[in-house]
Amino acid sequence: MLELHELTVAYGGITALHGISLRVEQGSIVTLVGGNGAGKTTTLRTISGLVKPKSGRISYDGAEISGLPAHQIVARGIAQSPEGRMVFANLSVLENLRMGAYLRNDKAGITKDLDYVFSVFPRLKERVKQTAGTLSGGEQQMLAIGRALMSKPKLLLLDEPSLGIAPLLTKTIFEQIVAINRELKLTILLVEQNANLALEVSNYGYVLETGRILLQDTAAALRENPKVREAYLGG
Amino acid sequence: MEILQQLTNGLALGSIYALIALGYTMVYGVLRFINFAHSDVLMLGAYSAFFLAPVAERLFGPQTIAGALFIIVIAAAICAVIGVLIEFLAYRPLRSRPKLTVLITAIGVSLFIEFTCQHKSVFGADTKSFPKLLASRDVAIGGLHFSSNDLIVLVLTAALLAGMWFLVQRTKMGMAIRAVSFNEKAAALMGVNVNRVISYTFAIGSALAAIAGIFYSMRAPGIDPLMGVQPGLRAFIAAVVGGIGNLPGAALGGLLLGVIETVAGGIPGVSNYRDGIAFAILILVLLFRPAGLLGKSMVEKV
Repeated sequence: MLELHELTVAYGGITALHGISLRVEQGSIVTLVGGNGAGKTTTLRTISGLVKPKSGRISYDGAEISGLPAHQIVARGIAQSPEGRMVFANLSVLENLRMGAYLRNDKAGITKDLDYVFSVFPRLKERVKQTAGTLSGGEQQMLAIGRALMSKPKLLLLDEPSLGIAPLLTKTIFEQIVAINRELKLTILLVEQNANLALEVSNYGYVLETGRILLQDTAAALRENPKVREAYLGG
Repeated sequence: MEILQQLTNGLALGSIYALIALGYTMVYGVLRFINFAHSDVLMLGAYSAFFLAPVAERLFGPQTIAGALFIIVIAAAICAVIGVLIEFLAYRPLRSRPKLTVLITAIGVSLFIEFTCQHKSVFGADTKSFPKLLASRDVAIGGLHFSSNDLIVLVLTAALLAGMWFLVQRTKMGMAIRAVSFNEKAAALMGVNVNRVISYTFAIGSALAAIAGIFYSMRAPGIDPLMGVQPGLRAFIAAVVGGIGNLPGAALGGLLLGVIETVAGGIPGVSNYRDGIAFAILILVLLFRPAGLLGKSMVEKV
């Protein structure tokens, strides 16, 4: 469904991605793990069109999408829940979700998807009128994921959903990620520093280090891989 | 009675400042810089009306309401286009540059417009008398005397401010403007065409400035290419006093400044210091509430 081919990205003079290639199959959860500065966030930002690649290709559903502006990428069915959540703190929870559905005009469908998001994250329904800035970190994360779902995407990019969130909430959020993948048959590309958690829910994984793909395998095999265990899973 | 009269006059003037202040604050909201050329768009609005007045008279007869509306709508449309062009030509190419670069460019655009318009082949530097758009009558309400023009300006401005509130708080485009002003990248990830939202913001702000320019000229009917500087400066103060980036704040700041200026102007011996008083208030507000009256102090985004 999504394929990156020899993607190179540079900020100013610094190269963040050195020609990475990866594939995301329809219906799967694929994860990118790696430490700080490995290039995980850059990869997602480039797919979403926030960053323009220096070279390489991104093909999605058989079409070349690299170089398209961000709003056109969303229109093609790729939504992102970004690093640091980036919820609109000055807007209410409901308005944030409506922003997610910005490109849609099907009222009935939007209402249906709102109900779905509330069923996945009941906390959001309780806080629907509240300003998003007043939510806790975990609630903001739920909102960021819910907001991304509201565009009715075919591919969901999740950037560090566990970052800065209480372990208990993280567990809930990851359970819901799996549920969303199953119930909506939604393909997910997940970026995580918490490799343990990410590989547990994924089908396939890539290990990124300083802008290069170091390893790739099924998630189960990566969890058994001694190199991965030592470097990312705490031995 | 005297003070009530002054208060109402102040509100009429202040509502014009409020209209101008909205443009400053909206542009600051989405782009985080002060569009100094905003006051010149106001002047261009007044000149548009100046040149449209004979046309309106031919179409609708002298000093008719339909004629005045025609002038206001067309002048607003002309200035909306000018505002969009200014952003597109001068500010957009500098989008990723430091804000100081854009700020200085804005001053450059302002000077460019002002001095181009002073050239004798454009408008000329001399003061022109602004045509009477509507016959003004004296209206007495409960012992207070108003010109009917002041009342019309007050009512129309109140309607425009209410319309702006509705647009920003209740429409999808308004929601997009608020989203872009909070986080441009996140808005783009929602499918918002950020450039289009920015153009739209400039169009609205400039249309409001044009209308304000016409209203301002109806009160002080001498127009020249530098006429935007004074009301522009006051509206800028109003936007900062209210809390830059905050729409109700801009409206409040505008009204406040208009009332203070008019009331101070009515006190013998103080009237010469009314600008001093306005700036003293700016300094006081910023001393005690650095983010403005309605502004929230926010940590600078990284």
